[in-house]
Amino acid sequence: MRPILMKGHERPLTFLRYNRDGDLLFSCAKDHTPTVWYADNGDRLGTYRGHNGAVWSCDVSRDSARLITGSADQTAKLWDVSTGRELFSFRFDAPARSVEFAIGDALAVITTDNFMDHTPTVQVKRIAEDVEDQTEESALVITGIKGRINRAVWGPLNRTIITAGEDATIRIWDSETGKLLKESDKESGHQKTISSLSKSPDWSHFITGSLDKSAKLWDSRTLTLIKTYVTERPVNAVDISPTHDTVVLGGGQDAMNVTMTDRRAGKFEAKFYHKILQEEIGGVKGHFGPINALAFNPDGRSFSSGGEDGYVRLHHFDSDYFNIKI
Amino acid sequence: MADVQLGLYHHPPQMMAMDGIEARARVLGVDLSSVDLDSITLPDGEDFDILSDDEEELLEDDPHELEMGFGNTIVVDNVPIVLPEKFEKLEKVLRKILSPAGVIKGDGFWMPVNAHTNKTYGYCFIEFNTPQEAGVAREIGNGYKLDKSHKLVINILDDFERYMKVPDEWTPPEENLLNWLTDEKARDQIVIRAGPSTGVYWNDARKLKPELVCQNQLWTDSFVQWSPLGTYLATVHRQGSQVWGGQDMLERLMRFPHPQVNMIDFSPGERFLITYSSHQPSNPTSTHRIVLNIFDVRTGKVMREFKGSADEFRVGGTIGISGVSWPILRWAGGKDDKYFARLGKNIISVYETDTFSLIDKKSLKIENVKDFCWSPTDPIIALFVPEMGGGNLPARVSLVQIPGKEELRQKNLFSVSDCKMYWQKNGEYLAVQVDRYTKTKKSTYTGFELFRMKERDIPIEVLELDNKNDKIIAFAWEPNGQRFAVIHGEGPKPDISFYSMQTANSTGRVSKLVTLKSKEANALYWSPAGRFIVLGGLKGLGGKLEFYNVDELKTMATGEHFLATDIMWDPSGRYVATVVTAVHEMENGFQIWSFNGKRIYNKSKDRLFQFIWRPRPPSLLTPEKEEEITRNLGRYSQKYEQEDQDVSNQLSEQERDKRAQLKEEWDTWLAKWKQLHKEERPDRMELRDGDASDEEEEFEAKMVEVEEVVEVTEEVVDQ
Repeated sequence: MRPILMKGHERPLTFLRYNRDGDLLFSCAKDHTPTVWYADNGDRLGTYRGHNGAVWSCDVSRDSARLITGSADQTAKLWDVSTGRELFSFRFDAPARSVEFAIGDALAVITTDNFMDHTPTVQVKRIAEDVEDQTEESALVITGIKGRINRAVWGPLNRTIITAGEDATIRIWDSETGKLLKESDKESGHQKTISSLSKSPDWSHFITGSLDKSAKLWDSRTLTLIKTYVTERPVNAVDISPTHDTVVLGGGQDAMNVTMTDRRAGKFEAKFYHKILQEEIGGVKGHFGPINALAFNPDGRSFSSGGEDGYVRLHHFDSDYFNIKI
Repeated sequence: MADVQLGLYHHPPQMMAMDGIEARARVLGVDLSSVDLDSITLPDGEDFDILSDDEEELLEDDPHELEMGFGNTIVVDNVPIVLPEKFEKLEKVLRKILSPAGVIKGDGFWMPVNAHTNKTYGYCFIEFNTPQEAGVAREIGNGYKLDKSHKLVINILDDFERYMKVPDEWTPPEENLLNWLTDEKARDQIVIRAGPSTGVYWNDARKLKPELVCQNQLWTDSFVQWSPLGTYLATVHRQGSQVWGGQDMLERLMRFPHPQVNMIDFSPGERFLITYSSHQPSNPTSTHRIVLNIFDVRTGKVMREFKGSADEFRVGGTIGISGVSWPILRWAGGKDDKYFARLGKNIISVYETDTFSLIDKKSLKIENVKDFCWSPTDPIIALFVPEMGGGNLPARVSLVQIPGKEELRQKNLFSVSDCKMYWQKNGEYLAVQVDRYTKTKKSTYTGFELFRMKERDIPIEVLELDNKNDKIIAFAWEPNGQRFAVIHGEGPKPDISFYSMQTANSTGRVSKLVTLKSKEANALYWSPAGRFIVLGGLKGLGGKLEFYNVDELKTMATGEHFLATDIMWDPSGRYVATVVTAVHEMENGFQIWSFNGKRIYNKSKDRLFQFIWRPRPPSLLTPEKEEEITRNLGRYSQKYEQEDQDVSNQLSEQERDKRAQLKEEWDTWLAKWKQLHKEERPDRMELRDGDASDEEEEFEAKMVEVEEVVEVTEEVVDQ
């Protein structure tokens, strides 16, 4: 099927997120305005104005009422999804990169970058039910990671926090005490910066994409390496299909090298792998720059990709896709 | 501070358990942190019982020095047999020759005399103070030509003992170096260097993958190279080169010490290995210093050494690495490795390998010679001399027979700008591509001079392309054949022409077979068996491939390997490999195609530096036998087809098993996760303030029929 081209951002895309019902798609980009779209036909529904820097990631609450965004303007903001009103702003002393609501939406994990002489941190904030009661106070601050943390997410039952980033290591932390519980193996783990991390719908396993040209699938509780997907180019974005045994990898070369080679040289293609067999099963081309963000619709029937070229492409799968057999 | 004891801590420090060192240091009252371990060297000959890695082998090498006391005595053979009156004079001469080596002991010169004839035996013993001096004396004196019939042969006395131990009967080495040729499936091997590891693989086209033979991390410091007949694999290290062979390639056959070696080159018959290094000048005004060693591959002995500044080696030819064109020493064709030659200023120096000296003790003098190349099969040199005297003296190409140095044929050429020589692999033909200036001298056009080497008087034929102004992009002879292909033209879509030196209706003349118009190609790759050719569009053309059958003048298939940097036929002509090496950041890997252009399999390898097919020695079958096989091909192929079928069945079975196993493993995980997920459900609900709806509850579409009574009215219907 023809993809739907969604033009609304003026700068490279950074992150894509569907709400639980799969009817809304939230996109973040290096321009300052997160945008929400109808996930079905790609119509733009609205924008969230207020940030003063690139927006790195977002998350939407289970009831689709609230949106949280992390931005290079050193804030993370809470929004009212339906009105676009800014509800609250968490201020940091470094750019905020990764944001995620916990189960129950009463907690959020936010990471800040290494910036000037600040080292990167992982911070847990309580999200008040009534915005009037919201404070900036952190429930937990984890420090001591060297190198930028590109993604921090909650583990099963909010008991742990999983981080991954520039030092190519995945770590699992106790979300109560901030104690380091597990660390991925240097040998079998990633060799270069981990650019992305995405969880399975039941949070039992997750996939990481790395600039070492591979993606790996891990058990969320034991941090056991389950699968490795090898590709020919750096991986910027990954996601796991919620309904099928498929994972999708996207990437390309460094943005700075793109113009130096043929468009095909970068092969800005979202590549699909069989989750169990680890074999490549197909690809979707189209972007004019590296793919920075990928997300499956929770119904598993479509996916969207966001590129360095500033476009979001929304693809509905052909019927062939649903008939793939082992 | 006790230096000697401290020496113990070195050699090398990592080798010793650090706690042992610390303990010893405490005993001696040494503050370890103040000691720079790396700066300490052991006294000569002292190792404090710490064996370094190669110590054992060193000990094996010269046990005589330890066991006996004659390491400082040399035996000089081939001395003239003289009467006592000339004795003194001879002694004086010998002493003079060997004096640079060191001091001969007081009564260290002894020349035995035959009691009956009163003449010497033709040999003498000379004793030096140290074994080192004796060694130097051997270096200097061995091979010294006293006069025409007396060439000194010097050995260390102890070596005699060793040589005596060599058994008279030759026993074959246990390892069969040609083992790989006896592969049951007749597969070819590949060496692949990717990332830090180097591996040798079988190309198993039936199983659609390469099969590992052996792999080694950090096998080589810079690159690897097969010997021309495929017997050896050479690795290159900081300390020198090594060759490997045997069934699993893991046996080190020989080491060739050469510090900082940059380049290596085998002789065509694999008898010799040339190593090359270029060293930074010690002061900025001088040039690079160059060292070349020629080793005997089997014995490891240095046969000849060349040293000098880069200037001496930088003559004529194309500019290669650091200003020197490689190979500096070019081997004559054929398997006997009899001659090699080196281009110098106005000379070509031809050496022969019996003595490793110049033929007739002098070089070939050719004023202004610019380039030369050997026939691939015969000791014939083709050389090119450009125009001299502002065009008054024409340029020429001539063929010189070695060792006689007779000129077999010469051709003068006018207004030449450049010349390239292409030998056909069997040495039957030589094509000289001549670029000439047009009358205005502003542009050039190209023609070919074709030499028929195997015919009487070596007739020369001139060939010009249909359009003389076409630029020649590539030229290639068909191996073992009489055809050649030329890519010519301008722009991104040149033409490709095929010519034959011999056709049915004109035997003595070259004739054009066909011209293919507007092809996206810039390189030609003939199958080693001839007949088929791959027209490659590499580099700017992005990896276009066309498989062409020259017998039938038909394109068999076209393909593309995006970004391909190299195209390589396997030595049997059955498969073609297209490779993307690490010159590109991405897409590294290779694809294997059949000779007729069917893609068989591909394999990605990150940071792929080298991909080389293992060469095969020429077939031992006689032409009659080969013909017989061709005739009965049907019978043979039946057998192989059956095998192919079996393999493919087995393969799909294996694949099924593997998949089933993976699925099973996955299901185990899944079951575990489901279980945990279920167990955690109450906790999750609590986190959600009792919100019962959970992710695992799937949406269910229910058909619900609702009947609603909107209104009931009663009407009496009149009838």
